[in-house]
Amino acid sequence: MGLLAPERLTALEEHANDVRQGIIRSLLAAGSGHSGGSLDMADIFAALYFHVLRHDPQRPDWPERDRLLLSCGHIAPVRYSAMAYAGYFPVEELLTLRHFRTRLQGHPERVSLPGLETTSGPLGEGLAQGAGMALAGKLDGAGWRVYVVTSDGEHQCGLHWEAMMTAAKFQLDNLTCIVDRNVIQIDGSTEDVMPLEPLTDKYRAFNWEVFECDGHDIGAFVATVEKAKQVKGKPQVIIAHTVMGKGVSFMEGDYLWHGKPPKQDEADQALRELGAARELIGAQRG
Amino acid sequence: MASAGVTSAAGAAMHLVDYTDPAAIKQVPTRNGFGEGLVEAGRRDERIIAICADLSESTRMEAFKKTFPQRYIEIGVAEQMLVAMAAGLAAAGKIPFIASYAMFNPGRSWEQVRTTMALNESDVKIAGAHAGVSVGPDGATHQAIEDIAIMRVIPKMTVVVPCDSAQTKQATLAVAGRFGPTYLRFARAESAVVTTDQTPFEIGTAQTFRDGDDVAVVACGILVYNALVAAELARKDGIECRVVNNHTIKPMDEAAILAAARDCGTIVSVEEHQVHGGMGSRVAEIVAAHDPVPMEFIGVHDRFGQSGSPPELTEEYGMGVTAILAAIKRAHGRKRAARG
Repeated sequence: MGLLAPERLTALEEHANDVRQGIIRSLLAAGSGHSGGSLDMADIFAALYFHVLRHDPQRPDWPERDRLLLSCGHIAPVRYSAMAYAGYFPVEELLTLRHFRTRLQGHPERVSLPGLETTSGPLGEGLAQGAGMALAGKLDGAGWRVYVVTSDGEHQCGLHWEAMMTAAKFQLDNLTCIVDRNVIQIDGSTEDVMPLEPLTDKYRAFNWEVFECDGHDIGAFVATVEKAKQVKGKPQVIIAHTVMGKGVSFMEGDYLWHGKPPKQDEADQALRELGAARELIGAQRG
Repeated sequence: MASAGVTSAAGAAMHLVDYTDPAAIKQVPTRNGFGEGLVEAGRRDERIIAICADLSESTRMEAFKKTFPQRYIEIGVAEQMLVAMAAGLAAAGKIPFIASYAMFNPGRSWEQVRTTMALNESDVKIAGAHAGVSVGPDGATHQAIEDIAIMRVIPKMTVVVPCDSAQTKQATLAVAGRFGPTYLRFARAESAVVTTDQTPFEIGTAQTFRDGDDVAVVACGILVYNALVAAELARKDGIECRVVNNHTIKPMDEAAILAAARDCGTIVSVEEHQVHGGMGSRVAEIVAAHDPVPMEFIGVHDRFGQSGSPPELTEEYGMGVTAILAAIKRAHGRKRAARG
């Protein structure tokens, strides 16, 4: 897409690889948790934390920060991993995921870990809260933006559509919704469980500006965000097409990896694959 | 406004209206106090915003809407949105009051209340209008009589049920000035105004409206007036009742409840709510844990409401003066029997 210099893109791909390794290590240590969606959003979270967001890991409550909400709280491992590598807390703390008294609760709790904007887990609630934040920003004439990451499955929740109507009504052009369109949910394909298509038409009918991109093409995603930020008078959605479990061959596209962690041998295999991928990125750098 | 005719020193100290004189009693819906209080709160703090789910007139949010149109948000018939959006606004520094009928918010929106308000520690204030069977002709679908139970069970939640319109105004201002997720419950029908603007009000501090140490009548909401009237009638039978306006369900004033149990030896709870899980249940939990005394429970006993006039329904569900008086006598008898 041309917006990112090659070396910058390579650096972001390396960050995404780090984030994936952090996900695998933390889920192995946790012994439970959601591998598939966490891995498939690693590229986008790397892009967000290392390029898109205006934020300061040393000042998580900085009033002028962009707000990133994770509506589908079950993929918390990707957010925790990205936050750790971005400097919010030590990377080794990832190994406390889901343990007793950890700050890294099984589903993210705002009051537990600085840098989380909301408590999430029950699905369909993120866009509504993000709309509230975006409206507050509008009322105050603030310059920060709101990004809400949602799963596709949670589009089956009525509240999400209430939020879509509301965001359009108040012309929240400081609000961008990012949809993890991996077409998979716990019981199978979204299109079997409760069809979402035609999803782009639905957003357009709700007066949203609609973008689509490959959720694993960091350059394309960053370019799409830049386009979204230029939109005036409308909220925007970026439907990011992803592959569940991306980056680990035996998890990719398999809905059975939605809600389980790797065992030791599986984690070893995953980390070997990710290590090899990391060397390839380095080789591209030359 | 306070009158020497008030029959106890406690009533005088509370600057109550002479509730024994029907001519002195004004009838005003508690929701009016909310409407007035919200405008005043908005004047005092520009972070206050009001969000409504298509019920601005009947919840009395309308006055705020007219006074501060730039701080009024209409989100339509979407109670889950009402709560979650308010949590977002609170996270960005606003103090949102959100209004609908109690049956829909928190009735429909309970999980959003738990997750985005309470667990998230959001400074959102729920105004639950049309609580109780006194909603009247609308019938059971619109009569919230389980809302105290589902709110008081949530950690970090404050639950306030003021007794009349004057106190609802005070409570609205108190809620606005105090951080934390809060449920403020009020009603539709006209009801007796027994407090004045000189009556002190503090969240978490129960108020003794009438002195006595034979039976404690612990009441909340618009039935406090019925409790006071019943207490005066009990006097004719030689029973002196302490009447406690127990307006804060959570955190409840445990000291006041335990003092009532200790001094009176028996308690009658009075609330326009299911007796299961409501204010009286909390009173029972407190006394059972410390110093059990016999209790009688005035409220709805495991039934749904129905259409009717507020007085008809109050009588039908056993919350009228006659029913409270009978409960006082039962409680008094049980106490004496227990003491042998």
